[in-house]
Amino acid sequence: MTSARLPPFQRFLDRYREDVLRFLVASVGRDDADDAFQETFLSALRAYPRLRADSNLRGWVLTIARNKALDVHRARGRSPVPVAEIHDRPAARAAAAANATDARDHWERVRALPGRQREVLTLRYGADLTHAEIAGALGCSEQAARRAAADGLKTLRKELDDVPASA
Amino acid sequence: MSLPAPDLHPGEAAALAARTAARAADEGIAEIAYARVDSPVGQLVVVATRRGLARIAYELENGGLDAILDDVALRLSPAIVEAPARLDPLRRELDEYFDGRRRHFDVQLDWALTRSGFGQRVLQQCAQIPFGATSTYKQMAIAAGSPKAFRAAGGALGSNPLPIVVPCHRVLASSGALGGYTGGLERKRLLLSIEGV
Repeated sequence: MTSARLPPFQRFLDRYREDVLRFLVASVGRDDADDAFQETFLSALRAYPRLRADSNLRGWVLTIARNKALDVHRARGRSPVPVAEIHDRPAARAAAAANATDARDHWERVRALPGRQREVLTLRYGADLTHAEIAGALGCSEQAARRAAADGLKTLRKELDDVPASA
Repeated sequence: MSLPAPDLHPGEAAALAARTAARAADEGIAEIAYARVDSPVGQLVVVATRRGLARIAYELENGGLDAILDDVALRLSPAIVEAPARLDPLRRELDEYFDGRRRHFDVQLDWALTRSGFGQRVLQQCAQIPFGATSTYKQMAIAAGSPKAFRAAGGALGSNPLPIVVPCHRVLASSGALGGYTGGLERKRLLLSIEGV
């Protein structure tokens, strides 16, 4: 094979299905991840025949997934709220309660962070993208991506410290 | 501090991918669907476009699943998904054929992977040879309008993208020898024996 060619879509789907699902579970939660997953790959398939063969396929499909996740967040009409206020929302209260019993799941808290911090953390730790790749996906500088990640982690650390006292 | 990525259930992503692929085929978003089909002549890879069946490949003889799909992607489109349900009608017809309950195939064909001109005429002539009958490379060349081109006729039949359904196994050498076959001579013999030849 002399020049790069796009693999048959099925092979692309099989190669990245776990990465995309993991990112979406982190980004929108398990309940909405299934639909977002299907929308991601159906959108990818529509654009696929026109894609350049030397594209970074993983980064490309995660960028589509990120846009689908944004749609979910917009549809929920959920403006970023501090976790302290989440307890006013019935669904969020249930989720927070679940978190109290499963300290490993920080993602519900991540989803409540302000948009940019939420996105950077889900792309960094849910999709294992580098800060440079995240900067490309979000159209910001690498430095801004690092800063948002650090701010998000700081907020999370603070909340996690506060939880035992308030629970 | 870093965050552990969410855990997935075993098989969760694969099941979701399969549902997505089926939907892509049903809604016509995928240009091409394929399935793997077990048969008495070995594992087959069957490929359909929106217009019809475009490819039947012997998985082993034709280089394996990846090579078969790479070829289709290159020549038709990379928008290919695995969607077994889309190929159920063909699978049923193949089962009936191998059980001796079917003498010709009714599924729509897409000739997109055949060469144009003489080669395509040869294959279309070949498609007319009835179940249980045989012809020769020479007769195929004559029927396709170039009586001297029996070698070229053999070449066209050898690269038949739709073996079994377009029955190139029914074409023999004028001497009565088996000639060649895209799936190997053993399979040619087996197909002819299914047809009582």
